Amino acid sequence: MQDWSKDPELRVQHLTMRFGGLTAIGDLSFDAGRKQITALIGPNGAGKTTVFNCITGFYKPTEGMINLRHADGTEFMLERMDDYIITQKAKVARTFQNIRLFSGMTLLENLMVAQHNMLMKASSYTIGGIFGSGKFKRAENEALERCKYWLNKVNLMDRADDPAGDLPYGAQRRLEIARAMCTGPRLLCLDEPAAGLNPRESDELNKLLLSIRDDHNMAILLIEHDMSVVMGISDHIVVLDYGRKIADGTPAQIKVDPAVIRAYLGVEEDEDPGENIVVAAAPAKVAKVSVPRVVVQKRVAKKPVVKKGGRK
Amino acid sequence: MSGPVKDTSVSSEQGAISWFDLVKDLIGTAILTMLILTPIVTFKTTMNQGVLFIEDRWVQSLLLTAAVVIGRLLLHLFVWHKPPSTAAAKPVVAKAPLSESLAKYVAPAMLAIAIVLPFVLHQVPSWDKRGIDFMITILIYIMLGWGLNIVVGLAGLLDLGYVAFYAVGAYAYALLSTIYLPLWFGPGVVPWAFYIILPISGLLAATWGVILGFPVLRLRGDYLAIVTLAFGEMIRLVLINWFSFTNGPQGINVPKPTFFGLPFKDEPGGFAAFFGIPHDRIYSYIFLYYVILVLALITYFATNRLRRLPIGRAWEALREDEVACRSLGINTTTTKLTAFAIGAMFGGFAGCFFAARQGFVSPESFVYIESAMILAIVVLGGLGSQIGIVFSAIVIMGAFELFREFGAMGHAVQDGLMYVLPDAVVSGIGSLFTGTFGALYGLLPDAMRNSLAGATTGMDPIQFRMLAVGLAMVLMMRFRPRGLVTRRQPTVFLKERKSVSSDLVAEGHG
Amino acid sequence: MEYFLQQLINGLTLGSIYGLIAIGYTMVYGIIGMINFAHGDVFMVGSVVSFIVILGLGITGGSGSFMIILALALVVIIAMLIASVYNWTIERVAYRPLRGSFRLAPLISAIGMSIVLQEFVRIAQEGRPKPIQAVITGKHELLHRLTEGGEFIVTISNMQILIIISTLALMAIFTMIIQRTSLGRAQRACEQDQKMASLLGIDVDRTISITFILGAALAAFAGMMFFLYYNVTDFFIGFLAGIKAFTAAVLGGIGSIPGAMLGGMVIGLIEVMWSAYFSVEYKDVAAFTVLVIVLIFMPQGLLGKPEVEKV
Ligand SMILES: Nc1ncnc2c1ncn2[C@@H]1O[C@H](COP(=O)(O)OP(=O)(O)OP(=O)(O)O)[C@@H](O)[C@H]1O
Ligand SMILES: [Mg+2]
Repeated sequence: MQDWSKDPELRVQHLTMRFGGLTAIGDLSFDAGRKQITALIGPNGAGKTTVFNCITGFYKPTEGMINLRHADGTEFMLERMDDYIITQKAKVARTFQNIRLFSGMTLLENLMVAQHNMLMKASSYTIGGIFGSGKFKRAENEALERCKYWLNKVNLMDRADDPAGDLPYGAQRRLEIARAMCTGPRLLCLDEPAAGLNPRESDELNKLLLSIRDDHNMAILLIEHDMSVVMGISDHIVVLDYGRKIADGTPAQIKVDPAVIRAYLGVEEDEDPGENIVVAAAPAKVAKVSVPRVVVQKRVAKKPVVKKGGRK
Repeated sequence: MSGPVKDTSVSSEQGAISWFDLVKDLIGTAILTMLILTPIVTFKTTMNQGVLFIEDRWVQSLLLTAAVVIGRLLLHLFVWHKPPSTAAAKPVVAKAPLSESLAKYVAPAMLAIAIVLPFVLHQVPSWDKRGIDFMITILIYIMLGWGLNIVVGLAGLLDLGYVAFYAVGAYAYALLSTIYLPLWFGPGVVPWAFYIILPISGLLAATWGVILGFPVLRLRGDYLAIVTLAFGEMIRLVLINWFSFTNGPQGINVPKPTFFGLPFKDEPGGFAAFFGIPHDRIYSYIFLYYVILVLALITYFATNRLRRLPIGRAWEALREDEVACRSLGINTTTTKLTAFAIGAMFGGFAGCFFAARQGFVSPESFVYIESAMILAIVVLGGLGSQIGIVFSAIVIMGAFELFREFGAMGHAVQDGLMYVLPDAVVSGIGSLFTGTFGALYGLLPDAMRNSLAGATTGMDPIQFRMLAVGLAMVLMMRFRPRGLVTRRQPTVFLKERKSVSSDLVAEGHG
Repeated sequence: MEYFLQQLINGLTLGSIYGLIAIGYTMVYGIIGMINFAHGDVFMVGSVVSFIVILGLGITGGSGSFMIILALALVVIIAMLIASVYNWTIERVAYRPLRGSFRLAPLISAIGMSIVLQEFVRIAQEGRPKPIQAVITGKHELLHRLTEGGEFIVTISNMQILIIISTLALMAIFTMIIQRTSLGRAQRACEQDQKMASLLGIDVDRTISITFILGAALAAFAGMMFFLYYNVTDFFIGFLAGIKAFTAAVLGGIGSIPGAMLGGMVIGLIEVMWSAYFSVEYKDVAAFTVLVIVLIFMPQGLLGKPEVEKV
């Protein structure tokens, strides 16, 4: 038994998600250890984001169980809970693959919105807030302090009063992480946080994630294509292909796993091997899944049109 | 693409248009316009002693067509194909936002004006009551605009049935003040009815907001719009048809509000008698003016306060991205419901005031067009901007009233000018106007003059006002979709409050 | 039973009219994802234009049947032409420049357009309803029964036959166009992905224009039938008919053309049955209630496909 399975923060069992005829995840089971970074990797369309959506309640899984157990022993069955309750009660926070910030609000406001539930309670559900109760003022100051802490942590303090939509891409990614952290989570789910970052930025990201894990005792679930991030910081890697788990282990084990190598390097070497080994495998996969894709993806809002090198 | 192209894609980047293309375009426009006008404008069907017959109006439709073609020609010559240099200089000016340092003083200045206004209008003879009454109307719409702004501007939920809550407030006042309050507490309570019912009407409207909102708030933008529209109509239809309760289309006469128990009447216990001043109906108007001013200000400050509370921030976040809100643990359903209910509450207050001020309510006041008007005010103001709504309410209601009061307004302006300018100047301006138009008119050939006279008789300007509102909505979306005030003020800041350009602000999913 | 049969016939007639209007909503929604608020008023324009032409031609129920057929053919053509011109212009002036603008913009522009059309017709043609003598007269008895309760007759009028049959024919032609021609293919391609369609050489603007024209032609036909059926029209009929037809489109599953027709029939039946068995006053309330219930409990409609919100 691996050490992440002894007392896992998150336990996913037999998770299956179907969209019409398409099985995006098939019978997936894995554990995410407490105070560990667990990476979820796999080629495009493998179903990684769908796993996140099931964990955070945005999709209701067709089958399977998702259990969350905090260190203090409280347990949650996430597959039965509504999305916002999962964040509120089970303390799971997430970021999105296509960044979803409140772009017309300032950085500070973004982080304040994340503390909504705490502030709502402190404002006696608005009544106390209207009359400026002391309790609310204290809570608000506390919230502002937390905002400052996280703004400093992600290096965005000097832009606190700028609209989030004005930030460069990398900063938006960091802000989204800070915003997720402001909800006070126990489990943090990050969907491709390093996408579009330059090497220096992704280095900083590594440090940030390690610090979140170590200083805040968090469990982190990470989807990432950037292998330098994945191999550098994760304690445990789960590999998906076509919605099924093909490997599960430490980075060292995964690197030499024949199934993974087949899935990733089944096609010829990539032009740019160091940067992103996923890209090479993608065309073959996409060609197969693209038939159902056209059928099910009707008028998808705001999805970036072509996001990966694999789709030509 | 061939044919007439009504499209800005014929933009300034293209150089001069060739004569051939221009002529082709104009001919196309003419044909299209004729096709649009011919059946409906040219052949007017009139009923005469029970018999319908057709009266043709070729002159009018030809004149209109000519106007359209000439307009398009002018656009071609002076707007669409301008040399690049001037075209490049223009947008910079047009895009300059309302200067922020100025904006800081605008609100207090307007408040000051609003406070002294009745006294100023009081001085203008022949227009005092009318003027104040008109200001009351504007304030009602400002208040409605601010109320709807919570729903549409802040929470980003498109509500096309806002007038329903206005109706709930109005009928709450009507029914409670005429039937239930006297029934429960005796007739002595009637002078105080307005003060008692005002809070109740807001609560009732808010309750209706929750009842109507609960089932529909899961819906996406356009669907929400059409369902709220349907709800608005349903409430109106019930008001019309539930005769035993609402007295149907005939409406209900209701008592006017009193000055804390003192009626505005020429009688011993009345307002004037109490203060020992001569009776004048103007006091009633001034009183109502201040009541609605206070109500509107409450709306303003309450909304401002709410924006700075977690609930208000959640509304705005909801408008920006609902999915992200849910991922942060915000219960979007209750958040939407509160926006809906609080917006409805202010609508209910306004409705209660409206009923009391009119002294009469009937379902006719609560048609869908009213909702569209209020929405137009909010959108023209700039979604989410409270100051913008003041401007747009003044502009829209002012223009609206202009149609109705063309004559009266002219007199009032004249009166007003007379007040400040020497007589000679005023009459000079007047004769200049009549002189110019008279001369132009004289230049026209006889036949045309006759038909012009024929065309314009029976055409009361008031007829055109809704048409103008509709056109304004279309043009607004085309040329200034973000409204008059296009910057959003953040609700909290660390070092300085920097306003956010509306290009970044989302408009909600509805 | 006889009463029910009679109401069934009436409901199907009304439903055909709603269905024809609903197709316009559904197609436009399918292709550019907006509710064309002015569509109900295009229906109204079609109705008023056919009224004017009929009055101008001077045909009445007394004219010979050959004359009537000839005249009606002319009326149909003119009404369709004019309504198409209206809708085409509306799209060019009020919607196309707003493509890519913020989401509320086309909707508000459409509301404005709807007001403009209503007011335009009201001002130009006076607000009063326009009645006319029935042009198509005559009816057939389907059932005649004498019981002690009284005499029960079920009839179907020539007008009802005309409406139901011509609607079915139009539907058939229309479905053919959508399924068999390159226009239909272009339309479906634009529905899926406009950018991709234009990359593949489809003239997206033209496809959208044609969609508006087709929708308007069907609405104009419905407008004419509405007018001939009730023998009266006015500038305001578009509002209610528009909402009900939209309800029909949603009920059938927005984006689906057979759905629109089916939804129209259901709404027509509900309205007629409600008037017949409960109360005439609340028939519109009943239709609105259906709209609300459908949107809440099955937003994908009868024939639409369910969609999972993608995160
Ligand atoms: N809401 C949905 N409706 C229909 N199909 C969906 C939906 N969400 C995801 N899918 C499908 O499920 C499959 C897995 O998608 P998913 O987004 O989870 O992949 P991924 O592993 O995150 O890929 P990527 O690396 O590109 O982000 C894809 O084929 C996708 O089209
Ligand atoms: Mg993904």
